[in-house]
Amino acid sequence: MPGPDRETDLTERIESFLSDLKRGGSGTGPLRGSAETARETTALLRRITAQARWSSAGDLMEIIRKEGRRMIAAQPSETTVGNMIRRVLKIVREEYARSRGSSEETDQQESLHKLLTSGGLSEENFRQHFTALKANVIEAINELLTELEGTTDNIAMQALEHIHSNEVIMTIGRSRTAEAFLKDAARKRKFHVIVAECAPFCQGHEMATSLSKAGIETTVIADAAIFAVMSRVNKVIIGTQTVLANGGLRAVNGTHTLALAAKHHSTPLIVCAPMFKLSPQFPNEEDTFHKFVSPHEVLPFTEGEILSKVNVHCPVFDYVPPELITLFISNIGGHAPSYIYRLMSELYHPEDHEL
Amino acid sequence: MADSGVTDGLCDTDDIERSKTEGKELTKEEKQRLRKEKKHQKKIKEKKDDAASHEDEKKKKKKKEEKPVGAASQPPTQPSQKAPAPAPVPVPASETPALADKPAKSKADLKAERRARQESERASKQGKKGDVGQPVPTSKPKAPPSELQPVVKRLPEHVQVDNPDVLKKLAKKLERQQIPLRSDYGYKVSLFSHLHQYSRKAPLTQQLGIPSTVIHPAIVRLGLQYSQGIVAGSNARSVALLHAFKQVIRDYTTPPNEELSRDLVNKLKPYISFLNQCRPLSASMGNAIKYIKKEISNIPSQCKEEEAKSKLLSCIECYINEKIILAAKAIAKYSIEKISDGDVILVYGCSSLVNHILCEAFEKKRKFRVIVVDSRPRLEGREALRRLVQRGISCTYVLISAVSYILPEVSKVFLGAHALLANGYVMSRVGTSQIALVAKAFNVPVLVCCETYKFCERVQTDSFVSNELDDPDELIVTRKGKTQLEHWQEVPSLGLLNLVYDVTPPDFVDLVITDLGMIPCTSVPVVLRVKNVDQ
Repeated sequence: MPGPDRETDLTERIESFLSDLKRGGSGTGPLRGSAETARETTALLRRITAQARWSSAGDLMEIIRKEGRRMIAAQPSETTVGNMIRRVLKIVREEYARSRGSSEETDQQESLHKLLTSGGLSEENFRQHFTALKANVIEAINELLTELEGTTDNIAMQALEHIHSNEVIMTIGRSRTAEAFLKDAARKRKFHVIVAECAPFCQGHEMATSLSKAGIETTVIADAAIFAVMSRVNKVIIGTQTVLANGGLRAVNGTHTLALAAKHHSTPLIVCAPMFKLSPQFPNEEDTFHKFVSPHEVLPFTEGEILSKVNVHCPVFDYVPPELITLFISNIGGHAPSYIYRLMSELYHPEDHEL
Repeated sequence: MADSGVTDGLCDTDDIERSKTEGKELTKEEKQRLRKEKKHQKKIKEKKDDAASHEDEKKKKKKKEEKPVGAASQPPTQPSQKAPAPAPVPVPASETPALADKPAKSKADLKAERRARQESERASKQGKKGDVGQPVPTSKPKAPPSELQPVVKRLPEHVQVDNPDVLKKLAKKLERQQIPLRSDYGYKVSLFSHLHQYSRKAPLTQQLGIPSTVIHPAIVRLGLQYSQGIVAGSNARSVALLHAFKQVIRDYTTPPNEELSRDLVNKLKPYISFLNQCRPLSASMGNAIKYIKKEISNIPSQCKEEEAKSKLLSCIECYINEKIILAAKAIAKYSIEKISDGDVILVYGCSSLVNHILCEAFEKKRKFRVIVVDSRPRLEGREALRRLVQRGISCTYVLISAVSYILPEVSKVFLGAHALLANGYVMSRVGTSQIALVAKAFNVPVLVCCETYKFCERVQTDSFVSNELDDPDELIVTRKGKTQLEHWQEVPSLGLLNLVYDVTPPDFVDLVITDLGMIPCTSVPVVLRVKNVDQ
């Protein structure tokens, strides 16, 4: 019978995705960039929409929320999963509203008057059944997937507007988006890149080899030398793991120091981040913000006896406040950090902030 | 001393050359003979110059290349040579031909004129070669030398690596002293082409013969320890240097017809060149050497050799005791006032002074815990960690990229210094300025601990013009079986930069604790002045 087979097939896929997520976070599984994670999450959600049994939009949203919570729990630091889930939920809401015929404008506006008088839009319970809803939702998710595929190229296309010749650009660690950005500019312009290696994982080394193979004049420096060489740097271009709701960043550790040094020298800090990295999280959630990995990377077991008497920390992420950031470059253009809240309200529905 | 055409027309130089190549040290007479020859040649040359200087000056000005004129009328783009002639003398050089006609000049004026002419000639030669545009900064005032008593400092050789003339001079000097020249290694980042970059795997001592008669074995050992990083850290290097010099003095015997005060200083010069080649001298070592040289030259000539030697040895002992050991005690006493119970103290790398302070504070039963911050590639913090944990102090250990994570917990930052510059900047291990920057952003007080013998009269505003480049291969790391940068030399556009020092601006530092007391960063020139007056 097709029904139960599809269901088991679906559950299998979800389980394998969850286990991939769990392994990928510790660095031992197949290392994947955020773009891949986003694409796979969206593909999986499309499959859920297609194969799961639901009759109304409310049911679909419940299913997505349930699966979404499991996915987020598998790897809390991978925020793109949560972001994609919220995007899809927003798509469902939109399609439902369109099918019902009500204009999107009135649904979007959250004026103070409405909040106080009608108790918000939660009166909607999404119970009506529309036959075309499934097809519409799947089509919209396909559009989302196409958008996801083109993000890196869209960002890289803007490179020539920001990099001129004979510049010295600094970056830290390894960001695929920033790498594509710099390589695209290098096709037409000659400039110099300084890469901070970002201990203990030293991903800067990979970035440097890849950039130098593309013919860019690259220098690798130790993290400790960031402030020392900053006075000769013209721009700092970095990638990030997440863009937070207040315009701040959750980036690889060492980025805060880099941002402070750039601010001290009045060097612009440009963040290349595609829209799917925008997350409605705020940085105040102490217990979920930081992620730690094995301190073996910092103080190896070969150090011997002192290990039992010493606390060793190996945080992975850093918080960078929005005041230190000059510009965000995303696939839809460039924005100031103060504009991020507006973009977020367009991408996600406020009810979905808490899944 | 002029370099050009020194040994022409001297048959005894064959002997000298032979003994040089045989590796024997030149005897005193041979060296004197060489010197006399050089002086003679110089006198002949200057007489020729006197007559020809007028035409020379006019010819130069008419030359198409503006460079000779440029060199004469602007601050010279070439560094000053070994002769301690102030470089702005080319400015009045064009005026001196007029003065040259006047009789009865003072000896100093004559010398100044001669040097001016030499400078302008060298400038014209360089202009012909077309290597103007050297971005070498000059630290000289523009006034003519007779008016100001210039604090003219010679630019040290180790920041002029991009100037081929300076390199040639250095090679000649080392040849004279029979010390091998160390060659640079690897691709140098263009911003640092004016500095040396050596490889740890090729120490200078490999090029010396065994046994070396030119350099005392204690110094050879010391040089090897420096270049391999076995002896590292400002205090450790100075103390090791002074102990090696004590050994040298013990083994020294005055040759006949020589004065100890002059000969010993000359004996020390090649040793210092050798050590400089192994690893550039630190500011503390420079001050220690100045002190020793002064003490040696102050020895009265009637003094017997044994007496003189024991006096020198006790001087060195006294210097180590006063400037390093007692100073550390005094600084610890002041610092303990600044450490209160419940403090969380952040330290960076391995500073012997800061470790001493923390151990003393722990003995005095202060309750605090320490966070040790470390950085690649040297990872000196692990040594500090071991020493502190051995004493029983509770420690945390992080890398420098995690410093903004850990800083909200910290109440004070204690930093060591390599040298304190006269404009208030703190020169220290690379990464110190970064820690001070982040601490300032989090409003955590930064205290620098430094003995007064490390105060130095140089000024510097950034970490580029004068620094040390370490072996670039040290940045390479193997993770999970892959070494990304293994073949970095083969990739033409890839460079590795391993800086050793950086300068911290004084606005990041809240307090400097010295053996004279607690002073703000900007009071360093006051201390230097007071010290000079004392001496």
